[in-house]
Amino acid sequence: MKKDIILAGVGGQGIVSIAATIGYAAVAENLFFKQSEVHGMSQRGGAVQSHFRLSDKEIFSDLIPLGKADIIISVEPMEALRYLPWLSKNGWLVTNTEPYINIPDYPSLDSIMTEFSKIQNVIALNADKIAKELKSSKSANMVVLGAASPYLDIKFEQLEKAIHTLFGRKGEKIVEDNIKALRAGKDYKP
Amino acid sequence: MMNLVLLGDEAIARGAIDAGLSGIYAYPGTPSTEITEYVQHSKEAKEGKVHYTWSANEKTAMESALGMSYAGKRAMCAMKHVGLNVAADVFMNSSITGVNGGFIVVSADDPSMHSSQNEQDSRYYGKFAFIPMLEPCNQQEAYDMMHYGFDFSEKFETPVLVRITTRLAHSRAGVTPKTKKEQNSVKVPDDLRRYVLIPANARKRYKILLEKQAGLETESENSVFNTYYDGKDKSLGIIVCGIAYNYLMENFENGIPYPVLKIGQYPLPRKKIEKIFNECNEILVLEDGYPFVEEMLNGFFGSEKKIRGRLDASLPRDGELNPDLVAKALNLNSSQGSAIPALVANRPPQLCDGCSHIDAYKALNEALKDYTPGRVLSDIGCYTLGALPPYETINSCVDMGASITMAKGAADAGLVPAVAVIGDSTFSHSGITGLLDCVNDKTPVTIFILDNGITAMTGGQFSPGHGKLEDICKGVGVEPEHIHVLNPLSRHHEENVKIIKQELEYNGVSVIIPRRICIVESRKMAKERKK
Repeated sequence: MKKDIILAGVGGQGIVSIAATIGYAAVAENLFFKQSEVHGMSQRGGAVQSHFRLSDKEIFSDLIPLGKADIIISVEPMEALRYLPWLSKNGWLVTNTEPYINIPDYPSLDSIMTEFSKIQNVIALNADKIAKELKSSKSANMVVLGAASPYLDIKFEQLEKAIHTLFGRKGEKIVEDNIKALRAGKDYKP
Repeated sequence: MMNLVLLGDEAIARGAIDAGLSGIYAYPGTPSTEITEYVQHSKEAKEGKVHYTWSANEKTAMESALGMSYAGKRAMCAMKHVGLNVAADVFMNSSITGVNGGFIVVSADDPSMHSSQNEQDSRYYGKFAFIPMLEPCNQQEAYDMMHYGFDFSEKFETPVLVRITTRLAHSRAGVTPKTKKEQNSVKVPDDLRRYVLIPANARKRYKILLEKQAGLETESENSVFNTYYDGKDKSLGIIVCGIAYNYLMENFENGIPYPVLKIGQYPLPRKKIEKIFNECNEILVLEDGYPFVEEMLNGFFGSEKKIRGRLDASLPRDGELNPDLVAKALNLNSSQGSAIPALVANRPPQLCDGCSHIDAYKALNEALKDYTPGRVLSDIGCYTLGALPPYETINSCVDMGASITMAKGAADAGLVPAVAVIGDSTFSHSGITGLLDCVNDKTPVTIFILDNGITAMTGGQFSPGHGKLEDICKGVGVEPEHIHVLNPLSRHHEENVKIIKQELEYNGVSVIIPRRICIVESRKMAKERKK
């Protein structure tokens, strides 16, 4: 078993929480993993990514080679496209469609959707909208992770357990909100 | 089984704690910050009363760590690569004094300059100071090397430099810990004149340092971190340092056909290098950072054998390595997904919504609009983002503290008024002495100390001068009537501009302190209160 995952978004959008959730689940499944993160200057509203590698064998490189990612999980639509050179031929792109516009030259959403239509395996969902409907607007990141969960080769219950571990300190309500968001993402039908 | 999940930085911290660390000294700097933060949050460190508070800068940090080592305990200081420049004086001399308790300096290099102004390679410092170095390839080695490094440091009475790069610092993986060691007890050196580097003594100590080198090389020769893996195909030999080993291995799922010498400890093991050099037709050097090993192999006139690496364009001369670049250097096929669509725009980092620096820059821009441009010398922190649109306020970012002193030099040259913009933490790191120079010369400079209460760019650490800024300025000799604290909010814009304009006109040193807590920190504090 081997999964190479690229997590994408804008600093502050919660990709660290996605990474930590997969990380806890991977440890529970006794898998090897390596997760490379971005700290420092770029976290201030800039483009951020994390390379996440899971395997039942020892992993060497902290970085995924080009064209080898099995899945890109993005909490922002334009950011999803930034990492296409890493996506393998049969890989999946799972992305939020709600744009985060903090630059003057942000492209039109239609043009981004046109780019998505050129990719073989895409799940594009408005995770912000789904999270808002659940009255849990901060859990859009977990909606996206939920939508990606069928392609991760990790048992769904392990992801739920990981959310308990990660958010347990913050109280039962936050744990439940995040689990609801994760399930809503998994159950999403285009 | 692995039972810890740690960033490379955290593996270093945990390794040090488990190896009997008594104190860490540091100033925050990406990518090294999480080393100290791990110690600060560690239950084991707290129980062992390990020193963990932040220092004013890397020099004070390294000197304190050397002092702790002088008193017989195991001490560490951690910094980003450019921090080692700040601490270079004590670093160079610490090899001559030698150490008593184990003493490790961690320098985190930043190839590709993810969060830095250069990509200098700390290994040159190790060689320069005759200090042995360790360079881990992964989180487990980072952990293990701390145990090894402290023992080694005490055995040879030498500082040890641990060199990592951003990628390892900020990558997480499983680590198996070792048994925890007790801390040393206080014991001053047997020879009480060893640290007294007056010339007569320093000459003796320097000879001792030179004589020590052969022993250090023998250690490298026998080190588990310098491993020779034989290969059948001698058309190529690969010398691979630190994290580059991972990128090499990534490209050979079924084993490497060539001999490989993996380097994790310096000085370089001469015999092992000779062996691979003599056995193979051609040598490829893979190292993240500068072509440090490659240059040595080439010598001044070049080598009779072909040496490939960053100098012959087999690999790019600058920037971080990755598995794809290594594949290319080995002429291996590599795949690639589809290209980045043209519509994808750059998204550079920027000041947060509600950041106090935004209001400070708006006021400064307006106050300066009747002057010719190019007068604002600045510094290193979140406010450096004021160089980018829409503010475009600042004209320099060179090294910690350089804003005040560069503004001084510019003013001395006749660029009056000259303005310095520095953050509160950077000011306490390296701005105070420059301010003293300005006061002594009554230089016409207007100095902004942007006070957001914390060291913000690295994630909200303690700011050493917090609550003391006006007193420091007054103490250094700035006239109290030329020290102004502003409230950087849009509703105070007009009055702030007026004060700034007035001080720009003053023919002497003015200090303006726009003060409002960092917005990220203020949100964190609100959350804490809610709990």
